[in-house]
Amino acid sequence: MVKFLQRTYVYLIFAFLYAPIAVLIVLSFNASRSRGTWGGFTLQWYVELFQDRVIMSSLYTTLLIGITSAVIATVIGTAAAIGIHNSRGWQKKLVMNITYIPVLNPEIVTGISLMILFVFSKVQFGYLTLLLAHITFNIPYVILSVLPKLRQLKNNLYEAALDLGAEPWYAFWRVILPEIMPGVITGLLLAFTLSIDDFVVSFFTTGSGVSTLSITVYSMARRGINPKLNALSTIMFTAVLLLLLIVNLRQAREEKKGRRDNEQEKGFRIIGTVDAAGVDSEWVQSQ
Amino acid sequence: MTDQQLVNLIGVSKVYDGTAALKGIDLYIRRNEFLTLLGPSGCGKTTTLRLIGGFEQPTTGRILFEGTDVTGVPPYKRRVNTVFQRYALFSHMNVFENIAFGLRIKKMDEKSIRAKVGKMLELVGLAGYEKRSVDSLSGGQQQRVAIARALVNEPEVLLLDEPLAALDLKLRKEMQHELKNMQKQLGITFLFVTHDQEEALSMSDTIAVMKDGEIQQIGTPEDIYNEPKNAFVAGFIGESNIVDGIMHQDKLVEFAGQFFDCVDGGFAPQEPVDVVIRPEDIKLVAPEEAKLQGIVRSVTFIGVHYEMIVEAAGIDWLVHSTLMEPPGAEVGLYVTPMDIHIMKKVAAG
Amino acid sequence: MTRSKAMLPYVVWMALFIVVPLFLVVYYAFTHTSFNGAELTFANFQRVFQPIYLKVLARSLKLAVISTVICLLLGYPVALVMAGNAFSRKSTIMLLFVIPMWMNFLLRTYAWLTLLERNGALNQLLTRIGLPALNILYTDYAVVLGMVYNFLPFMILPIYSVLSKIDQGVIEAASDLGANKFVVFMRVILPLSLPGVVSGITMVFMPALTTFVISRLLGGGQYTLVGNLIEQQFLVVGDWGFGSAISMVMIILILISMAVMSFFEKSEEGATLW
Repeated sequence: MVKFLQRTYVYLIFAFLYAPIAVLIVLSFNASRSRGTWGGFTLQWYVELFQDRVIMSSLYTTLLIGITSAVIATVIGTAAAIGIHNSRGWQKKLVMNITYIPVLNPEIVTGISLMILFVFSKVQFGYLTLLLAHITFNIPYVILSVLPKLRQLKNNLYEAALDLGAEPWYAFWRVILPEIMPGVITGLLLAFTLSIDDFVVSFFTTGSGVSTLSITVYSMARRGINPKLNALSTIMFTAVLLLLLIVNLRQAREEKKGRRDNEQEKGFRIIGTVDAAGVDSEWVQSQ
Repeated sequence: MTDQQLVNLIGVSKVYDGTAALKGIDLYIRRNEFLTLLGPSGCGKTTTLRLIGGFEQPTTGRILFEGTDVTGVPPYKRRVNTVFQRYALFSHMNVFENIAFGLRIKKMDEKSIRAKVGKMLELVGLAGYEKRSVDSLSGGQQQRVAIARALVNEPEVLLLDEPLAALDLKLRKEMQHELKNMQKQLGITFLFVTHDQEEALSMSDTIAVMKDGEIQQIGTPEDIYNEPKNAFVAGFIGESNIVDGIMHQDKLVEFAGQFFDCVDGGFAPQEPVDVVIRPEDIKLVAPEEAKLQGIVRSVTFIGVHYEMIVEAAGIDWLVHSTLMEPPGAEVGLYVTPMDIHIMKKVAAG
Repeated sequence: MTRSKAMLPYVVWMALFIVVPLFLVVYYAFTHTSFNGAELTFANFQRVFQPIYLKVLARSLKLAVISTVICLLLGYPVALVMAGNAFSRKSTIMLLFVIPMWMNFLLRTYAWLTLLERNGALNQLLTRIGLPALNILYTDYAVVLGMVYNFLPFMILPIYSVLSKIDQGVIEAASDLGANKFVVFMRVILPLSLPGVVSGITMVFMPALTTFVISRLLGGGQYTLVGNLIEQQFLVVGDWGFGSAISMVMIILILISMAVMSFFEKSEEGATLW
C-alpha cells in the first residue's frame, strides 16, 4: 500500500514533467491551427518547419557552434584537467576556484560580462564572439568530467609506461588518454549539449544575422504560439531521447567490460550537472 | 665476476618540500643479487627504489649503472623495470598487450613479440590468459602480469615495490617462493622493497635495513638476524627483549640488577648499552638455577610454542618456550652468554 | 612537475574571458562616463535602491523563494521514494527525470505557453470536465509554474544522489536503537541528506532569481524580474553602469543566500549531535 502510494506520487510528478511535452507532440500533428480542437492529422507543420529559412539557418549555427565549441573546450579542458591534477597547493586552489566561477555565476552575468568584454575590445559580434563565449562556459564542465577519471587512475600508471620504455608523449597517447577516455567523451557530450541548449549567454554575445535555435525560438515564442515550434519541439525531444539512449547503452557496455562503479551512479554519469552540483555544495561549504 | 657492482648509489639524498626522505646513503647492488630494502613506512626505501627507477632525481649524490653515471637519465632510457605496489596495469589493454607494451615500443616484430610474451606467460603460470581483460583477474594474477610485463624487457635490475603487500597471507607465501625461483632461474638482479621482515629474511641474499632515510645495517639475513647492529634492527627483525644495561668491562654487562657474562667487548667502561635477548633464547629453569627470578604473567599458545610474559626485576620479558608454565608460577630465566647481544645506544628518534 | 603546465592555455583563457569581464562589470558599476572621461561614482548603486527597483528585487526574491520551496516540497518526497525500494529499475526511472532537462529550455517554457493559453489544452480539459477555466497566463502564477517545471529535476537529482548513498546500516542501526520511522527520518535521514538539499536549493534558487526568459514569456510584462531589468539595461536602454550595478547586487544576494544556507546546514548538523 505504501509502495503503491509512493509509486503513484512519482507517476504524478512524471505526468507533470511530461504532459506539456506530450501535448506539444500531439499538437505538432494537428491540422487545426487553434490549439483547442483536433482538426485531423497532418505533417504540414514539419514541412513548413523545414522550409523555414530562419529556423534552418539557426539550426545550422547551433550545430556548428555546438560541435566546434565542444571540441575546442574538450581539448583545452582535458589538458587543463591534467595540469590541475598534477599541480599542488595554492595554484591548484586558485585554478579550481576560477573553474567554478562560470558554473556558479548566474548565466546572465556571464552573458553581460562577455558582452562588455567584446564591445570593449571591439570584436565584431557574430560567430566568433558566440564561439568564444560557448567555449568559455563549456571548459569547466569538461574539466569536472575529466578530473574524476584522473583521480581514479591507478597509481603509477604513467610511471609504469615510462618504466617500460615509453617517452612522455607516447605514454600520454597510449596509456593516460585511453584510460581517461570515458571522462573525455562525457565532457565532450556535456559541452555539446550545454552549447546547443544555451540561450542566455548566446543572447548577449551574438551579432545581427547570427542566431542560434534558442534565440530563434525565443523571438518566435515572444510573438505567441507557432505550430512550427511544436514540430521543432517534437524533433528535439526525439533527438535528445536517442542521444541519451545511445550514451546509456555505451555506458552499460562499458560496465559489462568489468569497470567497477558505484551502482547508484550508473544513471548519473552523463548528467554532469549533478556531479557539478555535488561539487558545488562542497565548494560552497568550504567558503 | 659475481661480485661485480651493478648499481652504485653514492651519497644519495632526497629532500621533499624541506623534509629529508634520504640522508646521503651509499649502497651498491651486485649482479644477480636479491637485495631487499627493509624498513618501516617512511624510512626511505621506496624513495631509494624510485631514484634507481629514474622517477625521481636525487637532491645530492650520484647513481651509477655499471660504472656510468645515470643521474638525470629518464626512466624510459634506463635498463631497469619496476613492479609497482598496485601493479599499475593498463586496464584498457588485455593481458597480452600489457606484457607486449615494452616490446612494441622497441619496435620488435610481431612474431618475436608473440614468442616472448608466450614464454613469459608460461613462466608466471598464466598461459592461455592472453585475451583476458586485466581487471577481470584476481590480485595474484594481476601481480603475475605485472611481473611478466617487467621481466619481458629483460631488465638488468628488476625493482619490486612491496609487490606482495596487497595479497593475502597464503598467496604471499606462494609468490615469495615463485619470485625467488624466477630470480634464480633468470639470473636477474632483484631489488625488493618491503616492510615485512619475514619476507625479507626468507627471500633475500642481502638485506639493507633502513630507518629515517638512513641505512642501519647491510648484511646477509643470518648476519642481520643473529648480529643486529643496534636495538632498532634487533627490534625490527623479529621480536626481542631490549633492556638498558651498563657495560662494566669487556664481556661483563649489568642489567636487571645483575651482572652477566657475555661475549661482546670494545665498549668504554661503564658505557650505557642496549641489551638484546631473543625470546627463544630465554630458557625457563627452576628459580634457584638462574640469576633472574620471575613470575609468569600470561601464557598464549601460538602453534609451535608458548608465548609467555614473565615479570622479573620489574621488567616484562617475552619468552618463547615449548614448555608451559602456568600463570603465577615462579620461574628462573636463564640466558647463555652467547645469546646476550650488547649494542651501542642509538640516538633517540 | 612539468605536466602541470598543461593547464596554461586554460588559465590564460579563463583570465581573458572570465576574470577580465567580471572586473569590467565592477568597473562599469562604479564609474560614470562623460565627455571628461570616466569618474568614480556610487550613483548606479543609489539608483538600485530606489523604491521602483527595490520592488523588482523584492518581487524576484519572492518568486524565487516560492519556486524553490515548492520544488523542495515536491522534489524531496520524490527523491526519498526513488532512494527507497518502490522501484526496481532505479537508474532507468532516474533517467526519466533527466530527459526533460535535456530538452531545450526555451521549448520547455514555450510548451506552457501553449498549455496555459485562454483556449489552450489545459482550459479545454477543464471545461470538458466541467470546471471553470483558468486564466493564469501572464501572471506571477504562470511564472512560478514555469520555474517549478523547469527547475524541479535540479532539486530531485542532488537530493536523490545523497539519499541513495546513505548506508542502509545507519538506518537499521537507528531502528534497532528504538527509533520509529518518523524519528529515523527526522534524526537520521533528513540531517544526512542536507548536503543534497543545499545543492538542490542552490541549483533552483539561482536560476530562478536570475531568469529573464520565463518571466518574459510567461509573465508577459517588461520589468517583472531583476533578470529582465538587467537585460533591458544592456540591450534596450544601454545603461551599462546601472546594469552592472544591478548584476553586482544580484551576485551579492546570491552569495549571502549561499552563506546563510551553509550556515544553516552546519548549525543543523550541530543540533543533531545532542
